[in-house]
This record gives sequence, C-alpha cells and structure tokens, in this order.
Amino acid sequence: MELNYSAEDIEFRDEVRAFLAESLQSSLADKVALGLSLSKTEYEDWHARLQARGWLAPNWPKQFGGGEWEAVKRHIFDEECALANAPRIVPFGLAMLGPVLHKFGSTAQQNYWLPRILNGDDWWCQGYSEPGAGSDLVALNTKAVRDADHYIVNGQKTWTTLGQHANMIFCLVRTDSEAKAQEGISFLLIDMNTPGVEVRPIVLIDGSVEVNEIWFSDVRVPIENLVGEENKGWTYAKYLLTHERTNIAGVGFARAGLAAVKRFASKEYSGGKPLIENPLFAARLAEIEIDLMAMATTNLRILSNASGTQAPSVESSMLKVKGTIIRQAINDLMRRAAGPNAVPFASEELEHSQLQVGPIRAGRVSMQYFNNRKLSIYGGSNEIQRQIIAKDALGGGR
Amino acid sequence: MNFELSDEQRMLQDTLRRMLDDSGDSAWSQLAEQGIFAALFSEDNGGLGGSGFDLSIVFEELGRAGTTDPIIESVLVCGRLIASLAADSHSELLGRIVAGDVQLAFAHSETTSRYELNRVETHADHHCLNGVKSVVVNANAAHLFLVSARIAGDVADSSGIALYLVPVNTPGITVVNYELTGGGQAADITFDNVQLTQNDCLSTDALIAIDSATAAAIVALCAQTLGAMETTVSMTCEYMRTRQQFGRPLATFQALAHRLADMLIEVEQARSAVILAAGHLDADAHSRDLHASAAKNLLGRIGKLIAEESIQMHGGIGMTDEYRLGHFAKRIIMADHRYGDVDFHLERFIALSKT
Ligand SMILES: Cc1cc2nc3c(=O)[nH]c(=O)nc-3n(C[C@H](O)[C@H](O)[C@H](O)COP(=O)(O)OP(=O)(O)OC[C@H]3O[C@@H](n4cnc5c(N)ncnc54)[C@H](O)[C@@H]3O)c2cc1C
Repeated sequence: MELNYSAEDIEFRDEVRAFLAESLQSSLADKVALGLSLSKTEYEDWHARLQARGWLAPNWPKQFGGGEWEAVKRHIFDEECALANAPRIVPFGLAMLGPVLHKFGSTAQQNYWLPRILNGDDWWCQGYSEPGAGSDLVALNTKAVRDADHYIVNGQKTWTTLGQHANMIFCLVRTDSEAKAQEGISFLLIDMNTPGVEVRPIVLIDGSVEVNEIWFSDVRVPIENLVGEENKGWTYAKYLLTHERTNIAGVGFARAGLAAVKRFASKEYSGGKPLIENPLFAARLAEIEIDLMAMATTNLRILSNASGTQAPSVESSMLKVKGTIIRQAINDLMRRAAGPNAVPFASEELEHSQLQVGPIRAGRVSMQYFNNRKLSIYGGSNEIQRQIIAKDALGGGR
Repeated sequence: MNFELSDEQRMLQDTLRRMLDDSGDSAWSQLAEQGIFAALFSEDNGGLGGSGFDLSIVFEELGRAGTTDPIIESVLVCGRLIASLAADSHSELLGRIVAGDVQLAFAHSETTSRYELNRVETHADHHCLNGVKSVVVNANAAHLFLVSARIAGDVADSSGIALYLVPVNTPGITVVNYELTGGGQAADITFDNVQLTQNDCLSTDALIAIDSATAAAIVALCAQTLGAMETTVSMTCEYMRTRQQFGRPLATFQALAHRLADMLIEVEQARSAVILAAGHLDADAHSRDLHASAAKNLLGRIGKLIAEESIQMHGGIGMTDEYRLGHFAKRIIMADHRYGDVDFHLERFIALSKT
C-alpha cells in the first residue's frame, strides 16, 4: 500500500494545473461554477484545447489516438479540471461511442468516425431511452426495417442530452420484432440531418433545456452505419453502459462542489458569525467531507483494479450510487447555506445581467439542487444499480 | 381530546376544496370574493375565525391545490401586524385587507439577516428611512409596504425596531422585482432618505408583534407544505399504479413500494406536527414558539424526503417543467428557506427546551 502520489504523479498534477491556468479563461470557469449552460462553441473550443494538448481521450487506446492513462493519472486530471471549473468533456462521442467502436466497430468505421470525434467534427448524442423504455431499456420500440442497402427508421427517442447541438446520434433500434426482447436490437449511427429526423426540446424543472425528444419518420440510414452485427446491439449497449457509469462517480465535481460550499459559508453570516462556524452546519459539512474522502479512495481502488481500458462492472454500480448521493448532498447543503437568498429564481438571463439583486447573491444554487436530481435517475437509475449490486452478491435467484 | 373539525371548519374545508379544484395557480380574487380571508382573523379584528386550526385548514387546501398567491405574506402577516399594532384609525385598512381590496408587502428581511427577525440594519432617524430590504414577497402587487427600521440599539438588539406603513410610490424608494423559485415574485427594495411622519409609524418596538405574526406564518406555511406533500404523494401513488416497466406497474417493485410507505408515514407525522403547532398558536409565546419550531424543523426534513423521493420515483418525467410534480416539489423545498430552515428551528427548539 502506498497512499501518497509518486513524484511523477505530482509532476503531472503540476503540469495539469499549469495547463489550466493558461488555457482556461476565467469567464468560462465562472460560467461553469455558476451552473450556467455553455454554448456549443464553448464546449467545442474546450475540446479543441484539450486535443491540442493530447488530453482529450485519456481512456482511449494509444492505437486510436488516446492516452491509455492508468487510473491515478486519470483521477488527477479529472480532479484538477473539476476544481478549476473547466467545462466537462461531453461524454457521448469520447466516453461512450468511442469505446464501442474500439471494440465492435469495423476498421472502416474506426478509421472514419474515431478521428472525427477527436477533431470535434461530429457532435454525438445518445439515443437509448424512449417514453416506454427507461429502466426497462429492452422494451424499446423504435424500428429499423432493411430496404436494400438502407434501414428505414421509425419511432421516438427521448431525454436525449444536448441533442439540440448534435449532428449524429447513436441509437438502439429494433431490427427483429419476432425475436426475444434482447435479441432483436441493433446499434445504428444516424445522421441527424437526414430527412425525417426532428428534435423537440424538453424544458427541465430548473428552466434549462438540456434534453430533447428525437422523432424519426421514415429516416433512411445506410447499412454501413450498423455497428457490429445486426440483432447484437444489446451486447454493445451493455458494454457502453458500464463505461457511462465509470465516469459518473464524479469525485472531481464533488470536490469542486464542496470547496464552493466552504467558500460560500465562510462569507455568509448567521447569528453574527460566519455560517461555517455554526456547529450544526459544520457537522453537516464534515460528514459529507468524510464520505467524500472515503469515496475518492473507493474510486481509486476500483479503477486501479480494472485493467487498462477495461471498465469495472458491479463496482461501477457502487461508484454510481455513492457518487451521486454525495453530489446531491453537496447541492443540498449549498442551497441551505444560501438561506433565504436561495429562493429568488436566478434565470440564466438574470445571471448574465449586471444587477446585484436577490437572484444573483446566491447564484443558481436552488436550480443546481433541482437539476442534479437527475444524477440518481439517468445512466441507469440508482434503484437499477442497487439491483445489480444485490444480484451480484446474492445470485440471480429470488 | 377531540381531533374532529367543527362543522364550520369542515364547511370551510369543503368550500375551499371545491373552489380550488378548478382554479389555476392564482385564486386570489376567488378567495377574496368568497370572504375566505376572514377565516384568518378573529372577530375582534373584523374576521370570523383566526385560530391556528382555521389557518391550517385554509393553507392546507391552498397548498394541496398548488396556488402561488402570497396570502401568507400579504394578508396573514401584514394583517396581523396591523391588527396588533395599529391604532383604531387603521381599522378601516384592516377591513380592506380582510376583504382582499388592498395588498401589502412586509419589508423586513435584509441581505444579511438570514432567518433572524431581530437583525435589522435599515434605520429611521427622525422618520427618515435608509436601508435595503431583500426578498420582499409581493412587492410587485403591493399598495403599501410595511417596513421595519431600527430607531435604537445595535443591529441585533431585540428592542428598538420600529414599523412604518409606507405607500409604495413614496419618493426615494427603488424596487427591483424578480421571480421566485416555485412561483410568485419578490423584490429588493432600497430606501434612500425616504421622509416619513409620526403618522406613518405603527410601532416603535415591534419585535414581539413580528414574532407573533411570524408564528402564524409558520403554522400557515407548514400547513400549506403539508397540502403540497399530499398532492405530491398522491401523484406518486397514481404514477406507480399506471407506469409500467419490465411488463408490470412500478407499484409491484417492493424497493419502491416500501419507500412509498415511508413517505405516507412521514406525511402523517407532518400532519400531527401541524396540528400541534396550530393548537399552540394562541398559547404563551414560549409554548407557541417551541411547537412552531418543532413543526418547521420536521416539515423541512419531511419535505425534503417527499420532494426528492417523488421526483426519483417518477424518473425522467419528474424532472420536467411541463409536469406539475416538479412545481410542487419546488414549493415544498423552498418552504424550508422561509421563516427559518431546519437548522434554525432545531437550534431554536433546543434553546427553548432548556427554559
Ligand atoms: C437529465 C436527463 C438526461 C438524460 N440523458 C439521456 C440521454 O442522453 N440518452 C438517453 O438515452 N437517455 C437519457 N436519459 C434517460 C434516463 O436514462 C432514464 O430517465 C432512466 O433510464 C430512467 O428511465 P425513466 O425515466 O423512464 O424512469 P422509469 O424507468 O419509469 O423509472 C421510474 C422509477 O422507477 C424505478 N424503477 C424502475 N424499475 C425498477 C425496478 N425493477 N425496481 C426498482 N425500481 C425500479 C426507477 O429507478 C425510477 O425511480 C436522461 C434522463 C434525464 C433525467
């Protein structure tokens, strides 16, 4: 056991810090810290800076232009980026589709799509969920029917994150309605500029537009956009889901959130003293910090055990549950810290204005609290993760 | 002991439930027309009720229906302050408040006062008012502001807080309005050398009256939150019965059903806390505040559970602006940020329990 960073690790950390100090504009970091939506260009620009430094795809194999970093390095990078309030790396191409193509894509697909992901030529979104197929993903009903060298796609996807920015969507579609549920699903890459694709925004509880409905009517998709084999899509989907979950522990985000709470609570006064000195508040803060210290180590332990670019399985479910609980607890503490100033609705427009009135004083803390209720719902809900964890320990029998 | 409502109280409840069934977010004019505000005041003050239970009945129904009208701030708190402080010359004003003809806003909290009622920096020297009030609910619709200002003592002293009744268009007043999370509006109000007269001053030592009006507000807000939780929980039950995943309704998953059972248990706990606080509203200040703090603390804790669990059990749908659930969840959570949160009332309960 060695709990300290090696000299090499520290050197790398300093390198990341120096890079962030130089490349991350403070106005952009402020937006991230306030929980404001970033524009498409802001994300793309950030990706380009990381790519120029060779840090955009740390978990990809070297052969595809990735870094093949080991767990500690990855952890340091994620944490430093989050603490500096860097934009998150949009995961759909880099963390989700990428690994699927590495493993199951044809050479032609790898050669064409992977460089485009790194260069930011395409913005991908994830078309899994449907109105009737959420936790029960295999109930999905969007159909793809073969017509010579095309598939004709009809149906509806929903909850598609940042679909409004995307030009490409990877979809699970049903290619065999006769087969047993899991067996008739295929993994298709669909150009969203094809006639028949329609994107409709969904406004979320905090007033933000980050998810969409995507409708398909007679959308023609060339057969070379099928990944792997027809009717084997479920295998690829499951592989992708474990990757989605690995990044969801969000240790860096939690650290950044906790630091923000501490900063805020040192300036906010309660009973004539800084709130952070209030024993009840201090106790709540300390408990979360203790949870987070342990979780960060759980994260490192689990990631170190998973070999190379392989994603861990049941442990990733554990990380997802614990990680989201902690992040939600931090959002909860932050809104409490703001006291009565958490009630004004800080719309994005107001946030950009120069007014120094109620809504601005505490920022978007309430909105972030409500928005992050999503953490325990998406990426496989926490209930579904618990099911996986329990089944692993108890066996399949009921 | 008797936990039954009286015939009049039951009638009030039925009337409200029927009336609010088809009202939207705002029921103000209907409530005023039907004379409902009279239930919030005693007969001495031109009302027809005014007990803690009258309050809890009215506000539970308002919460259940999801109205966002600022009745607590405008009618209840301001009305009670005027009833307890103003001379007879203001009885006509009180009559108009009860009738719903005039709207007020209580400009008391400040950016640094948090939940402390005694912390007032805004000051009045020779009736000249200077300072900034924040998150003043209903400032946009108010005809009159009821403004607290320090005329003596240090910033957190209990004595030396005066109350002024100020027409909103008095020179020197600047109002910046904004929306509130969960509905309604509030404002930051700046008073810059606003010159008033002795006549505008309702009291030179108002904290006791403010405490008492706030206790009524806590009972009302807790009851309103209870009503909102009832709606939220019944929406969740309904959703669990109808939403199918894995070929069966969510209701058949024990992992969810047991959590729903906990929510139902906690709502009954909340109901009892509201009854206790309502029943002690007219008791001595110590007992009144002890029960108010107990209720506000418990409702804050239970509200968090109900709001978070209801959203979770709905999945993605619960996260949308279009679906009503989220609006109720926001009101439930935001209630914890008004008139003292879970921690504030835990501390106050501990302090009051010692004496
Ligand atoms: C903000 C946001 C972004 C999203 N982004 C995307 C995206 O980009 N692409 C995409 O494809 N999807 C996305 N999703 C969809 C997400 O994956 C689904 O919301 C999730 O799978 C849950 O499905 P559901 O919403 O239909 O809820 P349901 O499956 O209907 O579940 C409702 C509740 O029942 C519980 N439940 C269900 N089954 C069981 C069971 N067997 N035992 C116990 N409890 C159970 C759930 O945990 C949940 O609490 C997003 C969702 C949100 C909220």
